[in-house]
Amino acid sequence: MTSTAAPIPLPLVRPRNRVNRSLRDAIAISRRNLITYRRVPQLLVFSTIQPVVFVLLFTYVFGGVVSTSLNVPYVDYLMPGVFVQTVVFGAIGTAVGLATDVKSGLLERFRSLPMARSAVLAGRTFADLTRNVFVVVLMTAVGFAVGFRVHTNAAMFVAGMLLVLLFGYSMAWIFATLGLVVGDPETAQAAAFPIMAPLVFASSAFIPVSTMPGWLQAFAEHQPVSVTASAVRALVLGGPTTSYVVQTLAWCVGILAIAAPIAVWRYRKAI
Amino acid sequence: MGDVAIRVEDLAKRFGPVAALDGIDFEVPTATIFGLLGPNGAGKTTAVRVLTTIIPPDRGRAEVLGHDVVRDADEVRLRIGLAGQSAAVDENLTGRENLQLIGRLAQMPGRFIAPRTDALLDRFELAHAADRPVRTYSGGMRRRLDVAASLVHRPPVLFLDEPTTGLDLQSRGELWTMIRELVDAGTTVLLTTQYLEEADRLAHRVAVVDQGTVIAEGTPVELKSRMGATVVELGYGEQQQQAVKAADLVARLTPGRPELEFGTVRITSNDGSRILVDTLRSLDAADLSPITVAVREPSLDDVFLALTGRHAEAPGNGKHSTHRGDQ
Repeated sequence: MTSTAAPIPLPLVRPRNRVNRSLRDAIAISRRNLITYRRVPQLLVFSTIQPVVFVLLFTYVFGGVVSTSLNVPYVDYLMPGVFVQTVVFGAIGTAVGLATDVKSGLLERFRSLPMARSAVLAGRTFADLTRNVFVVVLMTAVGFAVGFRVHTNAAMFVAGMLLVLLFGYSMAWIFATLGLVVGDPETAQAAAFPIMAPLVFASSAFIPVSTMPGWLQAFAEHQPVSVTASAVRALVLGGPTTSYVVQTLAWCVGILAIAAPIAVWRYRKAI
Repeated sequence: MGDVAIRVEDLAKRFGPVAALDGIDFEVPTATIFGLLGPNGAGKTTAVRVLTTIIPPDRGRAEVLGHDVVRDADEVRLRIGLAGQSAAVDENLTGRENLQLIGRLAQMPGRFIAPRTDALLDRFELAHAADRPVRTYSGGMRRRLDVAASLVHRPPVLFLDEPTTGLDLQSRGELWTMIRELVDAGTTVLLTTQYLEEADRLAHRVAVVDQGTVIAEGTPVELKSRMGATVVELGYGEQQQQAVKAADLVARLTPGRPELEFGTVRITSNDGSRILVDTLRSLDAADLSPITVAVREPSLDDVFLALTGRHAEAPGNGKHSTHRGDQ
């Protein structure tokens, strides 16, 4: 051997403590994902057009037919459901984003780096939460434009939107796992829809569940999309709020407690 | 002889019924280049993925600079860089953003990231495109960025998984020069390749991998002397019978057995020029002059043929995989 024992070069790194590292890495990944939304605006545009179309269709096409027992215009009934529906469908973005990273080989590189194991998922879901804030603000503007009015006050409305964002955040963790498992963006998109559609449509998001057949009502009344929509409705339109809000929080905590560890486990496991 | 940078003992990894690695052993001294040479599906990438802590092995051990890749994975990760087919860059970020992201995630102190990124962009001739999204890059530029990304935090051990696949000849030469400079400065490099020429030109030692096992190991000179340094090919085109007769004649003249395939007689030897003169003289005398004559360096396929008695093939497909592009 000819190696004349050159000293082993030192890497330009500074190991950090666990908490500091988790935070910094999650922020780095989050920034990266938000840059993607800025640079590929289609991702954002298409995920916003769909709820706008829903608002217009439901308000002007079904608005005359659907009668709610709440004694408010249909658009006031509809908008809380639309907010919830928006963040549920938004979680497709989480699945597609992670599946894209699996497919491109980027996650392989991340796994060879001394970064926090939680960072890819924390960063992804945080970026998608930020996107949801943007979309919820936009939908509020659209809602007001077509006649939506808050019957309580601004603070209650903000509380309702925070609840929507929390629910969207917990849904993102379910679909993060899906994205990691299928590992292909097109498949992720196709696989997410049949899970989301029953949650969104067999719910009180757009129409009262009382019009559904009995066997479906049992599901539709208690599933998380309905519960969250009802909580937001109570906060925005008035009426007793505690029960629905508590149920929504319970759903969010329950989903996070189960979905987040599964997603992290799935990420740690081979891809 | 320096210390050992990478130590691999009895490493095995299965994917379902396929043994991607079936107990491989090797050691790489610091500041040297080690080549893993083999066809597609031989287990090279799996070895790199285990050594870079991406996947755990089923059996055996591996250490990088004394740190176990399973138990001390984070210590290993602080000391390695990875480029090639088992890594990627983000299409939507610019070249600069990609390098900065990797720098941050590699736990570089913030003040080093910008100067280091600039230096690498210059060195890999990407400065002009530094602020363009990577999806606008050509294949060669992407490859260079990928290698640059593996170097951001100046890792002492570098894994390059088929780094020159898809590069043009000039870029390939430049990358080779760069790898040699890194090794002169003390970096240890493990390189996988399908090209014997690449292993020959770069690596201090080479392990030939086939179906998850190391079937030969040594310096390029040792390996080539085992199978013959030159290949002489005598082409007879459609004249199959002439070729058969020529092969018989050559067999009597040379120590090794010539290979006959589709009207071509192939002789592998350590003394190509003498063999060429001798056989052509005898063939001419026997009125068996070939239509074409070629003298070339042995390819991976020749190494395989010499070592295993069969052509280098990816499992499950009968195609020769010696000179494939991106997989």
